[in-house]
Amino acid sequence: MKTNKLKTNDLILQFTAKIVFFIIFFFSIHIFFAGHYTPGGGFVGGLLTSSAIVLLVIAFDLKTVRKILPINYMYMTATGLIIAVATAAYPIFDGKPFFTHYFDYFDLPLFGKTSLHTAALFDLGVFLVVVGVTMTIIQTIGEDE
Amino acid sequence: MTVLANILVVLFISVGVIFIAVAAIGLFRLPDLYTRAHAASKSATLGVMSVLIGVFLHFWLIEDHFNPRILLGILFIFMTGPVGGHIMSRSSYIAGVKPWSGTVRDDLKPEIERMKKEQNVQD
Repeated sequence: MKTNKLKTNDLILQFTAKIVFFIIFFFSIHIFFAGHYTPGGGFVGGLLTSSAIVLLVIAFDLKTVRKILPINYMYMTATGLIIAVATAAYPIFDGKPFFTHYFDYFDLPLFGKTSLHTAALFDLGVFLVVVGVTMTIIQTIGEDE
Repeated sequence: MTVLANILVVLFISVGVIFIAVAAIGLFRLPDLYTRAHAASKSATLGVMSVLIGVFLHFWLIEDHFNPRILLGILFIFMTGPVGGHIMSRSSYIAGVKPWSGTVRDDLKPEIERMKKEQNVQD
């Protein structure tokens, strides 16, 4: 079979991508949780996570990445929207206005005194929506031959 | 102590800026893509790392704020800068960018020919 595409051995790129993926992913988790007091949050964290996955797609293959992370990103977007709406709608049943947030201080075993806020749940929804939408766009564009 | 810290910070940041300036001059002066990639990926990586070390030391020693993100950035640039240069020069070689006319040795050419023959690729 005659082709005009040379298949090369991208060992260096693939090995680096494997390591750098984890650096970017954990940094995105950090950005996500740091969003309340420092710059960052769900949107930037989601974009960083999807860029880490895109790095894997560039280094390997769309099929390989789908085998590594068998996620339907449409469902991921839907889950994120449901989480965000549920967080926003919960105060209605408590007799408070829509989008009221709650927070309290808890004594967690490893972290000590920590303030947990329901805004983090809303941010989780944003995070899932951003990752889902970005990955859906990239998969759809990347697939069409 | 503050004077010593300031000297260290200024030293690191000026070394970094000089390296980045050398990289920029190299991009202008060098004859072809491969020598330019050599200048850009090596010198700019070291320059940015040096500037980041200076910033880290400034915030640590003078403002008393330990920022691990800068250390992570240094590690990240150290790992990804050279790989980026490698990928760019390799893909441009495969795409057919000719090296400078004064090049005396080309080890990649027979290898690419062999791979093309093995995979039945036509130009």
